[in-house]
Amino acid sequence: MPRVSGHRSRWSLAPILWVPAGLALGLLLLPLVALVVRAPWAQLPGLLSRSEVAQALILSLTTAAISTAVSLVLGIPLALVLARSADWPAVPRRLLRALITVPLVLPPVVGGVALLLLLGRRGLIGQYLPFGIPFTSTAVVIAQTFVAMPFLVLAVEGALRASDRRFEVAAATLGASRFTVFRRVTLPLVAPGVSAGAVLCFTRALGEFGATITFAGSFPGVTQTLPIATYLQLQTDPDAAIALSLVLMIVSVAVLVTLRDRWVPGLTS
Amino acid sequence: MTLDAALRVDRGAFDLELDLAVTAGRTVALLGPNGAGKSTALAALAGIVETAGTIELNGRDIASLETQYRRVGYVFQDYLLFPHLTVLENVAFGPRSLGTPKQAARAQAAEWLHRLGVTDLAARRPAQLSGGQAQRVALARALASNPELLLLDEPLAALDVEVRDDVREELAEHLRDWGGLTIVVSHSLEDVVALAHEVVVIERGRATQRGTVRDVIREPATRYVERLVSRWAED
Repeated sequence: MPRVSGHRSRWSLAPILWVPAGLALGLLLLPLVALVVRAPWAQLPGLLSRSEVAQALILSLTTAAISTAVSLVLGIPLALVLARSADWPAVPRRLLRALITVPLVLPPVVGGVALLLLLGRRGLIGQYLPFGIPFTSTAVVIAQTFVAMPFLVLAVEGALRASDRRFEVAAATLGASRFTVFRRVTLPLVAPGVSAGAVLCFTRALGEFGATITFAGSFPGVTQTLPIATYLQLQTDPDAAIALSLVLMIVSVAVLVTLRDRWVPGLTS
Repeated sequence: MTLDAALRVDRGAFDLELDLAVTAGRTVALLGPNGAGKSTALAALAGIVETAGTIELNGRDIASLETQYRRVGYVFQDYLLFPHLTVLENVAFGPRSLGTPKQAARAQAAEWLHRLGVTDLAARRPAQLSGGQAQRVALARALASNPELLLLDEPLAALDVEVRDDVREELAEHLRDWGGLTIVVSHSLEDVVALAHEVVVIERGRATQRGTVRDVIREPATRYVERLVSRWAED
């Protein structure tokens, strides 16, 4: 596609459009400015060193990392199935894609309720399990994975569709088994897509609130992740809530900036 | 060493019906216009497209085998060197896939690079190679997997005109040195003369003429070959 942005285009933006564009930018940016401006910087070290804050931070980072790992292990094969479903009949192919997209558009709270109905003590599967899943750290991971994995699947699938499958054919002519082809050719070729998907997945898992509080509750140290702790602190100790928000924002932005800079060409070029 | 194949590929509007016999040291060229079915024939031999026919390679029927078990080396028109691997790793890919331990595979790869005179390229990535270099690496990679049949699809088409003559000569030399069963696809009579001993002319999915390179040039059986020969004679 020819790029117009490199040199001055004869077609400049209609002035009237600058107004909504500016408003949109303000809406996206100003809340974060407020957060930074109003943060109780002086008390910050004290607030952050409190044990429940550290607890929530560690729990959030750990569960989000595990959710991302689970999403990678399960999501990459699913992305492969999806990307290679081109020769399937249209109905199952579209159905599969729609099913994967559902968690993206579903309100997370609904996801949490649905997970309870599946894995709760009287749930579809939960009633047969010898152990309870809801309100454990496992439930946190499951809720986060439910919400975040589709981001990874779609990112990897896009990369797979864009990659040249003839490299896989070339590998096969050299005697490589299907799994070797996957491990040494397919996967490395879509590594940028996998990284981008993993970053999206991690940040989404880190910010997960609705599905987690519904399915896992809010037990400090067990299921009370950073977003949940933030929300609860806001009612009793606003300064602590602001501090927690800052931490969440910094972690999210840091993850995005460091990883995307390296792996997602779209943001750097 | 022999290849005896009866290829039958049916793709609706296009079908290929081609019998091929190749013996070691007598490289066969598939010559024909674009879309005649040359590349399809190679793909059928390598197991990339399905064929209803038979393929007997050194007494082994490989027609029903998956690509990875056929031991058919393939030099693609645009080489398809793995962009994320170095030249050495590209060439070591075949041996490693066949179960050779990493260090030994690398040693074999280094040996092939040496044989093809590209040892100094070992650490480079494919993106850093010229067309001629990439072609030699692709040949080294195919040969390193120890194939029983070597297929070359338009091996010179991706090269600049200025270097094509040199690369063609070198390629002919390397193929002679290797000495195994070889089929080369081309639509250039120059390539055929330099690289092959026998020619099968393919037009619209059928063989329209077979013979030694010399015979086919002397007595073209179709207008297509006639035109190729007269154009070649003018150059």
